[in-house]
Amino acid sequence: MDIEVLEGIFDANEKIARENEALFRERGVMAMNLMASPGAGKTSLIAATLQLLKEKLEVGVIEGDIASSVDAEKLKAYDIPVVQINTGGACHLDAIMIQQALAHMDLAAIDLLIIENVGNLVCPAEFKLGEALRAMILSVAEGHDKPLKYPLMFSDSDVLVVNKTDLIGLGDFDMAELREVVTRMNPDIVIFEVSCRTGEGLGAWADWLEQRVRDFKES
Amino acid sequence: MHELGVTESIASICLRHAQSNRARRVLKVNVKLGELTGIVDHYVAFYWDMVTKDTIAQGAELNFTKVPVVSHCPDCDEDFTVVEYDLTCPRCGRADTELVSGREFLVESIEIE
Ligand SMILES: Nc1nc2c(ncn2[C@@H]2O[C@H](COP(=O)(O)OP(=O)(O)OP(=O)(O)O)[C@@H](O)[C@H]2O)c(=O)[nH]1
Ligand SMILES: [Mg+2]
Ligand SMILES: [Zn+2]
Repeated sequence: MDIEVLEGIFDANEKIARENEALFRERGVMAMNLMASPGAGKTSLIAATLQLLKEKLEVGVIEGDIASSVDAEKLKAYDIPVVQINTGGACHLDAIMIQQALAHMDLAAIDLLIIENVGNLVCPAEFKLGEALRAMILSVAEGHDKPLKYPLMFSDSDVLVVNKTDLIGLGDFDMAELREVVTRMNPDIVIFEVSCRTGEGLGAWADWLEQRVRDFKES
Repeated sequence: MHELGVTESIASICLRHAQSNRARRVLKVNVKLGELTGIVDHYVAFYWDMVTKDTIAQGAELNFTKVPVVSHCPDCDEDFTVVEYDLTCPRCGRADTELVSGREFLVESIEIE
């Protein structure tokens, strides 16, 4: 006997993600899911963003890591709420992990919640967390050919931050080529070029992010 | 990379529907898999036997139907198959076309007895 099922394999996650999204909306928190490969500069970008926005917005951070709390420790210096999630081996965060972490965070006290996902260009893209903004980083060191190898994340992100622009010229990284390929996959994506080392481009990124938070809170 | 968790989800969806239909055994599971998802069917198949061991789905055939990436151009009012994830309309060059398929990942149906 054939039974029609038509049930999405990520449905359970997506249901919780929608609950998280509703909670963020209710509390006026814009959540940003920050995805990238290991070492692309997620923690560095969060630290730089905190530095630039700390006088303007209340920011909270959720740090996702397979193990360890090294990144969360680095952010403690900013005197902001940081919650660490250890995924215990899982290669991505999922909506349930976020739901549990939110029990340890006072959402009424923050405007922007930055979620550092596990370093991985594949899996995090499949698991919605309830975020209003999907952000990804590609570092110059990884090369400009990554979009075609990891299409889902590039297709699905709202914003791409190209980090480590101080390394351009040392390899064969081609920014024009990257922009062209990514824009063909995702015509609406916003692209920033930054260096967390030199600070170049970070002001434009932080201004844009601040505006997104303000738009979110007004909508 | 998270194919183990995904395989467990497929098994649990399949077992839940099998049980609510009072199945004795699951013979086949039909899964639709869009080509834009990062899921590698080969790995899912690899975990399938392990995940269904000692359940009524043990030995069930896992069948994947791949769904190509297709986009729709509103100007030309036509669908086209997306090559290398490029959403540009091959006919008129419009960049922001509308993805029609390729993101699917669902248990479509099961065959039970
Ligand atoms: N040259 C250069 N190095 C950078 C830049 N941004 C970050 N780095 C370095 O890159 C390394 C990784 O940075 P992190 O911010 O820890 O990267 P991450 O993505 O958080 O890494 P994981 O959490 O381990 O996945 C560190 O050694 C940083 O100092 C940059 O703009 N230029
Ligand atoms: Mg980090
Ligand atoms: Zn067209």
